[in-house]
Amino acid sequence: MSQVELSPAQAHDAENAHHDHPEWLAHHFDTPDQQNTSAKMGMWAFLGTEILMFGGLFCAYAIWRANHYDAFWIGHVYLSTAWGAINTVVLLISSFTMAWAVRAAQLNQRSLCVGLLALTFLGGCGFMVIKTIEYTGKFEHGLGPGIWYTAPAISKQLDAMAETAGTASHADAEAAPATEASGPAAAESANPVPGTSLPSSAAAPMGMVAPAPVAPVGHDMAAHSAHGHGEGHNYYAAHGHTTEDLVTARTFFSIYFGMTALHGLHVLVGMALILWVLLRARRGEFSAEFNTPVDLVGLYWHLVDLIWIFLFPLLYLI
Amino acid sequence: MTTTQSSIDTIYGPDAEPNYLNAERGLWSWLTTLDHKRIGIMYLMGILGSFALGGFAAIMVRTEHLSSAATAAADQGTIMTPDTYNSMFTLHGAAMVFLFIIPGIPAALGNFILPVLLGAKDVAFPRLNLMSFYLWMGGAIFFVMALLMGGLDTGWTFYTPYSSGHSPFGGVVPAVFGAFVLGFSSILTAVNFLATMHTLRAPGMGWFEMPLFCWSLYATAVIQILATPVLAITLLLLIAERVLHVGIFDPALGGDPVLFQHFFWFYSHPAVYIMILPAMGVVSELIATYSHKEIFGYKFIAFSSLAIALLGFLVWGHHMFVSGQSALAGTIFSLITFTIAIPSAVKVFNWLATMYKGSIELTNGMLYGLSFIWVFSLGGLTGLPLATMVTDVHLHDTYFVVAHFHYVMVGGTVFAFLGGLHHWWPKMFGKMASRLGGFIAWVLIFGGFNLTFFPQFLMGSQGMPRRYWHYQPEFHVYHLISSIGAYIQLAGFITLAVVLLQSLIKGRKAAANPWGGTTLEWQTTSPPPHLNFDEANMPVAGNPYDYENIEHNADDDEYVRTRPQSTARSH
Repeated sequence: MSQVELSPAQAHDAENAHHDHPEWLAHHFDTPDQQNTSAKMGMWAFLGTEILMFGGLFCAYAIWRANHYDAFWIGHVYLSTAWGAINTVVLLISSFTMAWAVRAAQLNQRSLCVGLLALTFLGGCGFMVIKTIEYTGKFEHGLGPGIWYTAPAISKQLDAMAETAGTASHADAEAAPATEASGPAAAESANPVPGTSLPSSAAAPMGMVAPAPVAPVGHDMAAHSAHGHGEGHNYYAAHGHTTEDLVTARTFFSIYFGMTALHGLHVLVGMALILWVLLRARRGEFSAEFNTPVDLVGLYWHLVDLIWIFLFPLLYLI
Repeated sequence: MTTTQSSIDTIYGPDAEPNYLNAERGLWSWLTTLDHKRIGIMYLMGILGSFALGGFAAIMVRTEHLSSAATAAADQGTIMTPDTYNSMFTLHGAAMVFLFIIPGIPAALGNFILPVLLGAKDVAFPRLNLMSFYLWMGGAIFFVMALLMGGLDTGWTFYTPYSSGHSPFGGVVPAVFGAFVLGFSSILTAVNFLATMHTLRAPGMGWFEMPLFCWSLYATAVIQILATPVLAITLLLLIAERVLHVGIFDPALGGDPVLFQHFFWFYSHPAVYIMILPAMGVVSELIATYSHKEIFGYKFIAFSSLAIALLGFLVWGHHMFVSGQSALAGTIFSLITFTIAIPSAVKVFNWLATMYKGSIELTNGMLYGLSFIWVFSLGGLTGLPLATMVTDVHLHDTYFVVAHFHYVMVGGTVFAFLGGLHHWWPKMFGKMASRLGGFIAWVLIFGGFNLTFFPQFLMGSQGMPRRYWHYQPEFHVYHLISSIGAYIQLAGFITLAVVLLQSLIKGRKAAANPWGGTTLEWQTTSPPPHLNFDEANMPVAGNPYDYENIEHNADDDEYVRTRPQSTARSH
């Protein structure tokens, strides 16, 4: 790289003699202000493309929510509002430390800037750790996207197990929805929020063909029944859902994973960028005159934060 | 291109005056260059390679249609089976659209000339520019991988549910991913150009002192920034659909395949203007320069580019009149589609008015410019029956559509690209191409083009469906003429390649201003130095179309400026 830049660099040196070009000012810019304006302009345009890219997913979300509200109503119950809220707080704090780091860079406060960038990076780590915990839980319960959505199959198996074993133990109301005959009334009784349940036949009008689920070979059924109240209960019944409900909710989890995974990827990219400016800040490359990279990474990080601010209520709360 | 450093040395010699071609030496200096001109040349090579690939597929398709003797029962075509035919037209469309036309004018010609037109030393982000080029290469590699992995037969539009699960071809995922990567390249180039035009204009160059090619690139950049990310997410969702069966587009899982069409055309219709707007910008330069007369209606041409960019976002539904979208939506899309004719016609009339009482010089560049106006008008007017819902139901998915968009894309964009290539060739390489050779190539290309595609209007209106391997004998004569036209075009393109390559070796040395152009690129040497202009004599911009003060020096066949550029435009 340096070898090929020799010629521009020489031109550069020649210019230094003439125009007092600082080292961080690229040869094709006349003034630091011109360079900074260009960089910011480019970054904002790029952030515009990011918003539109997520816009496609938000559009898919809106259309699915409008057409298949039931899928969202059933699915969102399985998302942990607590983890989501904690993650929101983590990202908001990291956005604050990022903004402060930009200010510190502008004020020549080198060690403060480095420290704040490190905190921001840790915030990103925290977010990803929590996301990993959430994702792991989803996959364990067969609530993954697409071909990894095996919940209906697991639920069916649990129902079958409950039917053979359950005749001995006493049956309570919540075990009922597992049987074929139960229907809407039973689902209603099992629903945590009365009056808002959906008919268990909701899947039918969607013309949905049950996916050919990969049987969870070697899957620990106890993991699912353990969440219930005792033998014969399963994880999904504890949330008031039948196998049919789970078939309905399938695409909700695809959308959930699509949106959060793309966002998570952006968090990872943001963390890499933060690490990059952190190392440059440690080397003392930034000053009151030149701190554009910190500023731009800050803009990117705030956008990542902002997208989550939309994802959290849309997926977890409503 | 890069292995020819020694030949560059023989042409330009170590003793030649320093320019961007001999400023640094060796393959490595090209692969890692940050010079927008070298990146533009590398794009040019890549794009012409893609054009050859797409052209090969086109010739295969046309050859298959030489006879209608294909018997479906035996899968015996003229030269290929139905599956091969399907993957050939898909390859043709995908390579031409994603690898050639979309990046063609902005990334190759634009990269080379935009900063020079602005009087800048480089684009705003030279490293990002190089990254765009390598992303383009990456996308191209995925396309080649798609071919090696069994090709694909979805058509360049990748419609679901076909692409999401039913197509048995192995190349769908790599090709879709390739298009995703190319989109990234496109976005980054757009961001770069936008920032360049905002911050790196020469002293004295306000927005309305920018040459019109810059305005068209600006409008293009806006579309690329706003539309391409939507394609990106659509293609990612398509890959997720095919690999993970997420159920968003696949009707078997409750998804909506028409949603894919909406997403796809939300990008791909504006992308049509990504293809044509830069072409219109080139034509504005060609018409003004070779009429030696100030462009008529500068602001109208400039703003009509922006109007087309804006309206282009609101018409995607006209690709979907028969997809089952509501009649109300169809009516609105149809109505807005008609309004696009207004800014397009504004441009055409302004070009005509520019030529009126101009001193028109029929250089090869101008011939392509004039061809553009003729062919684009025909392509545009045949768009009207397609924008009208009742007639579209009849014409949809016939050769009429094929002919229409080839008139606009090939006759429009490719002709403008070739015109621009002739126009800036002396600036790029410092050599003049043979005028006679270029003229013969133009005759073959222009004639062959019309011979290829005009019969397609006729057979399309009679009901010949597009993308069919086999056809009824009654269409034979049209297909035969069309295929002969394709071979004539092939001959034209080969002639052109020979003429241009020969000019590098034997061409006359180009003067700084061989055509009488008034924009800033003609104020520097041919080829320009590494930093575009002599540092001691950086350009000051004025009216970009001030032809009053330019005079022809017959001795050197060169145009020279007799007085400094005026600052005010007369229109």
